[in-house]
Amino acid sequence: MLKLENISFSVDVDGKDLGIVDNVSLEIPDGAFTVITGPNGGGKSTLARLIMGIEKPTSGRILYNGTDITDLSVTERAKLGIGFAFQHPPRFKGLTVRRLLSLAAGYELPEDECCSYLTSVGLCSKDYLNREMDNSLSGGEAKRIEIATLMARKLGVAIFDEPEAGIDLWSFSMLVESFKAMSSGNHNSVIVISHQERIMQLADTMIVIADGKVRTIGPKEEVFPALMGEFSENCGFRGKEAGADE
Amino acid sequence: MNKTESQLLEAIADLHEVPAGAYNLRKNGSGHSRKSTANIEIVTKEDKPGIDIIVAPGTKNESVHIPVIITEAGVNDLVYNDFFIGDDADILIVAGCGIHNSGDEKSQHDGIHTFHIGKNAKVKYVEKHYGEGDGKGERVLNPVTVIEQDENSVCEMEMVQIKGVDSTVRDSKAYLKAGAKLIITERLLTHGEQYARSDMDVYLEGEDASAQIISRSVAKDKSKQIFHPNAIGNAKCRAHVQCDSIIMDEANVSSIPAITANSADAQIVHEAAIGRINNDQLVKLMTFGMNEEEAEEVIISGFLK
Repeated sequence: MLKLENISFSVDVDGKDLGIVDNVSLEIPDGAFTVITGPNGGGKSTLARLIMGIEKPTSGRILYNGTDITDLSVTERAKLGIGFAFQHPPRFKGLTVRRLLSLAAGYELPEDECCSYLTSVGLCSKDYLNREMDNSLSGGEAKRIEIATLMARKLGVAIFDEPEAGIDLWSFSMLVESFKAMSSGNHNSVIVISHQERIMQLADTMIVIADGKVRTIGPKEEVFPALMGEFSENCGFRGKEAGADE
Repeated sequence: MNKTESQLLEAIADLHEVPAGAYNLRKNGSGHSRKSTANIEIVTKEDKPGIDIIVAPGTKNESVHIPVIITEAGVNDLVYNDFFIGDDADILIVAGCGIHNSGDEKSQHDGIHTFHIGKNAKVKYVEKHYGEGDGKGERVLNPVTVIEQDENSVCEMEMVQIKGVDSTVRDSKAYLKAGAKLIITERLLTHGEQYARSDMDVYLEGEDASAQIISRSVAKDKSKQIFHPNAIGNAKCRAHVQCDSIIMDEANVSSIPAITANSADAQIVHEAAIGRINNDQLVKLMTFGMNEEEAEEVIISGFLK
């Protein structure tokens, strides 16, 4: 179980405190597929980065399986079983896709296993195994490999930051299938930040984050129809000011 | 051969025992052991220190190993190695120099290598430089390489300086006739207060000659690196020069790629980049459970692979 208690995060902009996440408390139960959604600039990505330890909260506590992990580093959290797929995955010159997947797994992955991860993100594995993770890959390709790096691990909490961004329509269906499989597979709980209806459909729990706060949290059956209704009735939710960098 | 010597040989030539095929092992400034084969003849030079390596035309799938090891302090070794590669041959040459200097005097090896590569011949040349030892004596390597490529020959050179070389000044020149192709990859790691300089001039003389010059380096601590590759197109040709460096700590890197066209049909491109390890790269690897040092090591070894 992952628990956030009164988490706030702000940054200093020209001497002024700019709040990104404002007193968020929530629980991510074990074995659940959670989708976090909400307007751009609402604090979703920051929340994910706070969970991974890439950012440190200004105040509040993060508990994982009862242990306070607020002061633990990224490395320590990774060792406890928290994983994160970047919205904009970094590139590595000279590092092959196969090596990256092996580094993620923590051991030299056999070829067929690498291939199966790549196939499940819609990449023809034999073309990619020995490709370098450098700028020769398109944004969509890099993104799919990023998702595959989390598939190569067994995690307590796997967090994906907008996995669908940059992925073409043809591959998207396959990706949805992979996420569906993931929800009952390797990882104990899966958190996906997404704006995609079809990803939201997979959720057990949905969390709507806006203006740095939890706006709604609940089972998909309740949150999802309300959200869709909101979109069709008025655009107030969608049109809210796009604030800080996510 | 003692343990230090075996370790040096392994570091520079991946050799665990006497290599298959032709070889010449040079130790502390003089020849140690040698083997010629039916197609590859190794002969001592008469006018100056060094050897001629003569590869018969049409020789296929053979290799020559010419490692040099220095295990004493105060050695100043200058050697001329000339390679004569016959037409249509296809061979692998593994060179390299390992210095173990635990004394306080400088040990230096300057290898002057000249390659005469025949028509349609293919050469792959791998050279590794490595230094070790805890003495105050400097480990210095100043290689000079001249490559003359005849028509439609292919030469692939991989020059690697692994670590421990205090000072190196490389001077390379290549002359390419029509249809000849040259690929030079230089990989270099400097640390401590080491100094490395590499000057390279590639002359594309004949029609459809092509060259690719790739330099990848990592400069740590207070080390200093200077790269100055120049591709000179004198005919309809293609060349690409690429210098890419990771800079760390208080190091200093200067990359000066140059291109010169003396023909309107020459197509020559250069690119150069110097930068520190990107924070996102480190964080990404840390999310796999590595600490910062381990992540850095993975990034550097991938970059220099």
